[in-house]
Amino acid sequence: MTTISTPHEAAVHHHAPPDSFIRKYVFSLDHKVIGKQYLGLALVAVCTGMVLSWYMRLHLGFPDAKAPGLGLITPEQYLQLMTMHGTIMVFFVLTTAPFAGFGNYVLPIQVGAEDMAFPRFNMMSFWVTFVAFAILVASFFVPEGPALSGWTAYAPLSAVGKDAGPGQGLGQTLWAFSILFFCIGQLLGSLNFIATTLDLRTKGMSLARLPYCTWAWFITSVIGLIAFSVLMPACVLLILDRVAGTSFFIPAGLVVSDRLQNHGGGSPLLWQHLFWFFGHPEVYIAILPGFGIISTILPVFARKPLLGPNVFLACMVAIGFLSYTVWGHHMFLSGMSPTSATIFSVPTLIITIPAAIVTLLWIGTVYGARLRFTTACLFCLGFISVFVTGGLSGFFLAQPSIDTYLHATYFVVGHFHFVMGVAAMFGIFAGTYYWFPKMFGRMMDERLGKIHFILTLIGVYAIFMPMHYLGMAGNIRRYSSFPADYMGVDLPVHRWITIAALLTGAVQLIFLYNLIRSRFAGEAAPDNPWQATSLEWSTTSPPPFDNFGGRHLVVAHGPNDYGVAGPDGRDYIMQAE
Amino acid sequence: MSTHVVSPARTGVWAAIGAITMSFAAYTSALVVRAGDSADWVHVHLPWLVYANTLTLIASSITLEVGRWRVSGRFDSRVSGLSLLRVTLALGLVFLFGQVMAWRMLAAQGLSLATNPNASFFYVLTAVHALHLVGGLIGLAYVIYRARLSAFPSPGPVSASTLGAVALYWHFMDVVWLYLLVVLTLWL
Amino acid sequence: MGKLFAAIVAAIALVSAGVFVARIWWLPPDISTLGPAIDRQIVETMVATGVLFVLAQLALAWFVWGTGDEKNRRPIKRFPGGATPLVVIACTIVGIEIITLTLIGSKVWARIFLEPAPPEALHVDVQAGQFAFYFRYAGADGKFGTPHPDKIDEGSGNFFGLDPASDTAARDDIVSAELVVPVNRPVLLTLHAKDVSHSFFVPQLRLQQDFVPGLDIPLHFTATQVAKTEIVCTQLCGLGHYNMKTYLEVKSQADFDQWLKDQAAQQ
Repeated sequence: MTTISTPHEAAVHHHAPPDSFIRKYVFSLDHKVIGKQYLGLALVAVCTGMVLSWYMRLHLGFPDAKAPGLGLITPEQYLQLMTMHGTIMVFFVLTTAPFAGFGNYVLPIQVGAEDMAFPRFNMMSFWVTFVAFAILVASFFVPEGPALSGWTAYAPLSAVGKDAGPGQGLGQTLWAFSILFFCIGQLLGSLNFIATTLDLRTKGMSLARLPYCTWAWFITSVIGLIAFSVLMPACVLLILDRVAGTSFFIPAGLVVSDRLQNHGGGSPLLWQHLFWFFGHPEVYIAILPGFGIISTILPVFARKPLLGPNVFLACMVAIGFLSYTVWGHHMFLSGMSPTSATIFSVPTLIITIPAAIVTLLWIGTVYGARLRFTTACLFCLGFISVFVTGGLSGFFLAQPSIDTYLHATYFVVGHFHFVMGVAAMFGIFAGTYYWFPKMFGRMMDERLGKIHFILTLIGVYAIFMPMHYLGMAGNIRRYSSFPADYMGVDLPVHRWITIAALLTGAVQLIFLYNLIRSRFAGEAAPDNPWQATSLEWSTTSPPPFDNFGGRHLVVAHGPNDYGVAGPDGRDYIMQAE
Repeated sequence: MSTHVVSPARTGVWAAIGAITMSFAAYTSALVVRAGDSADWVHVHLPWLVYANTLTLIASSITLEVGRWRVSGRFDSRVSGLSLLRVTLALGLVFLFGQVMAWRMLAAQGLSLATNPNASFFYVLTAVHALHLVGGLIGLAYVIYRARLSAFPSPGPVSASTLGAVALYWHFMDVVWLYLLVVLTLWL
Repeated sequence: MGKLFAAIVAAIALVSAGVFVARIWWLPPDISTLGPAIDRQIVETMVATGVLFVLAQLALAWFVWGTGDEKNRRPIKRFPGGATPLVVIACTIVGIEIITLTLIGSKVWARIFLEPAPPEALHVDVQAGQFAFYFRYAGADGKFGTPHPDKIDEGSGNFFGLDPASDTAARDDIVSAELVVPVNRPVLLTLHAKDVSHSFFVPQLRLQQDFVPGLDIPLHFTATQVAKTEIVCTQLCGLGHYNMKTYLEVKSQADFDQWLKDQAAQQ
């Protein structure tokens, strides 16, 4: 274990508290402000993404309905809505909030540091991400509208340019630039997470004593470092194919919209390989922070330690490692060699083992617990339920012989929404209800929180479970409507899903209201409202500028000391006690 | 018992090295796939200037190492160490200028970015490398600026470790270039 | 609150599993030689995951229901045996599932994609473009004409870009907007894309395969019943993707031969 030399620590990340408004709230070097900025960006993004999904669902459930502001939704508009919904949600919500948002805020405090290792890079990473979002939003306003080739942007549809149809002109180019900038922002962020976790831990905070969410953020940042480094070249090559006439992804002899394309022998499969080499680890980037958050929060409200913490950490590392071996399972039917399909299916199935273990560890933690049903706790329990559902449906898709039927059906849509759109979101909700008091010095309203939880839990099952049934019946995804004869029976299900989606969306207003109202009028929060052990609870709510008011905490315990005989008759021991 | 002084700057550079390695691995795999797949892979002769630029870059690594060693040394060698760092910066700029000249030589042969896939990869790989090298130049310039400002005889440990991190990055850029040279020569 | 959560989770688990068991929405009947094997794989997976799904959700609900709260002051219990039994359960049960499903499934997969088509298969050339499928039969000479992308002219019906003037093999090629095949005879499709990626999906055949521009991809099957089913595109190809569909008609050998003769007369 490395120990930190104090003058070094002070010299590396000492910066004076800011005084101007701009330095305090806009171009801030403080990881806490940056974390909140990321969370704010994610909040704007999730509202945008959600509204887009309402338009999509409105069209699917009621094809003749006139959408507010858009009128009758055309097929290309539907695809544009879908592309932007996916892109915004995956990148600007699920990668941003749990990792860049909460990680930036909480990790330095949890390791006992004053700030991240590279505050200037940290500030840059947020603003680069902000620019990425702005570029993406700008694509809504260009003449032919935003990209419509899905968040996966398969070539050659995404690469040939305007000939491929509406949305494939400037909109797609802006999409590629947006993602390029996003990669840069994430890479800068990952550098910070890695250096801070390895080098800025306070005295006594060995790697073994790190809270589980810090571990999760650390592993996520390593995964991201590798994954985003592959997506960047892919975006660069895509941009060149689009604007510079190169032929990385476009083969020769294509006739698009009656025009013979002037290209050499590029490979559409190359794009798929590069994209999914990033894309699969990306979904683990979206969910691993949630694993960490659940494992941190559940013991607090169960008042007993997480079961098998070392096993849990080993599983997270295993998942991180295995996530790089499975990308071909998105490409079973893509035209790549069928033998490689069989090869990819093996680690895809194997990765279910560590996932199953961690789920059982959580359920085992709940066994015999004395649960405090705070909203944060409820979202943890809900996470376990929806992760079981989403994870098990993956079992079908992992087998190529079943994927021949289920590929590109609503079964896939149901699967990934459960693990990403629901489970990862529940992780974000849990983190919000849990850390809000620390961030803002005020408690959120628990009653509103519980209503939000129960209605959302029912709502997400009502929305996404039926999608598995649709998939079984062969209903195809990314369709703006369903003229095929055999899909006629699916329309009532789509109507149900639409209504459930709109209602569940409305329920989220309760959360928004709670968030805003509590920020200004919530009950004052003590230092440690949840009686938790990790270092962020050893300082004020909110923490001072340098996190600990000049103190250098010395850590003597791990993060898991719940249900033990603590000082003052307490049932827990804080890490810095 | 000795305490090991950790350097977040060094950790950060190692992480960056990991990231940059992965991205060049991605470009390389794109090149291999593209070369194998299609009928339009035509051999391209690399401009001789590319090899001269390589020597410039290697020289800059040497001046950087010697300069770094002198800067962290005794008082009277620090000044010459700083000059060597400035020479490194200049050599880096010469390299970049030389790369731009090499592009123009290739374009004069009629090979622009989209002419054929080999040319495409030549421009893309050298441009990406050059961009990352610019990052190194900025880092080095920053260290020189800070070293000038801090009072002799004792620049703080920050300078030494930040300089070490920049040097690590710079040498890595050198290694990446040598790797690219091999790839470009063999495949193009 | 905990009891409410437990009740909801238990109810959801039982209802959603029940809908699957009742097969209210289910795969259409298969008409392929490989259909039964694939369906068996799906049902086995469904049983395995269904059992795990219900057990896990009910366990979660049960443990939450039984949890004490502060007023209760029941002693906190550790899971018997700690983490070890859970690791063992996960590894063995999931491990066995994985091995079984992989062994069986890879054989099914191999029969679809790794085995070559039998030599007596009927060859059909398939082209997918925005937003239609076209099928080409070799005609009486048994040879396919060479397609030329630069000669494609949709207006005059030259979807494949054939050049009958200079290419004798192309003169008797039969082009159809629907895929018509004889029953109980292997069919070998060669898939190629005109513009962007598409995909070929027939739910009743349980068969899907992407069209990748630049590649000619083989796909073979044998239909076991006379039927008329739909072919839909499942790879996003642009605004008309949702409407890119046609029909697969499986005819008796006699009817197929007649159809082929009629088509040849019309070309």
